[in-house]
Amino acid sequence: MGYEFNFAPVFANFDHLLAGTWMTIQLSFGAMLLGTVVAIVCAVGKTAGPAPLRWAVDTYVEIIRNTPFLIQIFFIFFALPAVGIRMTPNVAALVALTVNVGAYATEIIRAGIESIHRGQVEAGIALGLRRGQIFRYIIMKPALRTIYPALTSQFIYLMLTSSVVSVISATDLAAAGNDIQSRTFAAFEVYIVITAIYFLLSIGFSGLFALVQRRAFNYPLSR
Amino acid sequence: MIRPFGINEFLFILFAVQWTLALSVVAFTGGAVGGLLIALARVSKVAPLRYAALGFIRLFQGTPLLMQLFLVFFGLNIFGVGINPWLAAAIALTLHASVFLGEIWRGCIQAVPVGQSEASWALGLRYYDRMKSIVLPQAAKIAVAPTVGFLVQLIKGTSLASIIGFVEMTRAGQIINNATFDPFTVFGLVAALYFILCWPLSILARRMERRFAVATRR
Repeated sequence: MGYEFNFAPVFANFDHLLAGTWMTIQLSFGAMLLGTVVAIVCAVGKTAGPAPLRWAVDTYVEIIRNTPFLIQIFFIFFALPAVGIRMTPNVAALVALTVNVGAYATEIIRAGIESIHRGQVEAGIALGLRRGQIFRYIIMKPALRTIYPALTSQFIYLMLTSSVVSVISATDLAAAGNDIQSRTFAAFEVYIVITAIYFLLSIGFSGLFALVQRRAFNYPLSR
Repeated sequence: MIRPFGINEFLFILFAVQWTLALSVVAFTGGAVGGLLIALARVSKVAPLRYAALGFIRLFQGTPLLMQLFLVFFGLNIFGVGINPWLAAAIALTLHASVFLGEIWRGCIQAVPVGQSEASWALGLRYYDRMKSIVLPQAAKIAVAPTVGFLVQLIKGTSLASIIGFVEMTRAGQIINNATFDPFTVFGLVAALYFILCWPLSILARRMERRFAVATRR
């Protein structure tokens, strides 16, 4: 005991922390958007595609969901260059996060698609809607509405998981913390501040998601 | 000098599986105790206890596990315990497991019909007997599938202990990779070992969930 907390070196490097925070936000939103695209494609492939495609999607989802993110990012950053795929740390981080969240979101979106009653699609056909319209308005929109809470809590989990990309020297918030820590030796203080910033980010994210939900799905249910 | 990846390298990684398992077992055991306390606090009649448990959960679910690991690791050092990756990882993962199991089990306790509690209350059972003999056994049945599912998340979470220097599977992989420069084989192998640990549990959880859904369908 008798430890004297010293937050001065942490706040002296606050611009560094802000840059890291901004990178974490960019990585998170980038992976959310790209991961959702991956997930929609995979979910459609799994519900409507031919058997080999379904099998491929299953393999992707099971491998990602049953191995740690840390190993996935090691594989993408260290092993892929051996077969000629080279990426900067930040790009590798974005790819790894996208691949990771894509697998989890695939399962979520698939559940949403399967919750749409067959009669809805038949009604759309009877009304003369085109395939694209049926997919967009009859399948995806209600499906996304149903699974929105599950999907967004997965996104917040993604943002927290993104702290792991600091191990491949990406320049995110956790990496900024490691940097300041190794220069100032105020490890505990640095990580308290960093953890607090992550906490604020997760509060901010859930606030933002609630706002989007109110605007995007602001129509009454039919039942 | 670059070492080729041979049988000794393979065995080094394979033996590290025991540390991944040991950490998982410790965290799960500690997390089961902590989780039960948190779940009971969350459904308690005492408001401050409820809010304290909720605050604890929000705090831990709103911050990265990696940062929790760092805070425990450096915190132990500050409070005079010294640098001890094994202890730090065990504490941080136990807290992590407590919070998640607490939330899962809280849901299971609340899924037991209120009438069960009311009936045991009417029979004059006190809190301890009501929980032990009426509510928790019924909640436990619902809890098995999601608990097994969480076990997968916990095993994967132990890989982060490698970052604070605890030699489990991931760290063993890094050590071998630094000596052999064969990341494809090394991380492919480590990924495969995690998969072998986690996949059966995932399948088991899903199967139990499905069976339970069929059993409770009305």
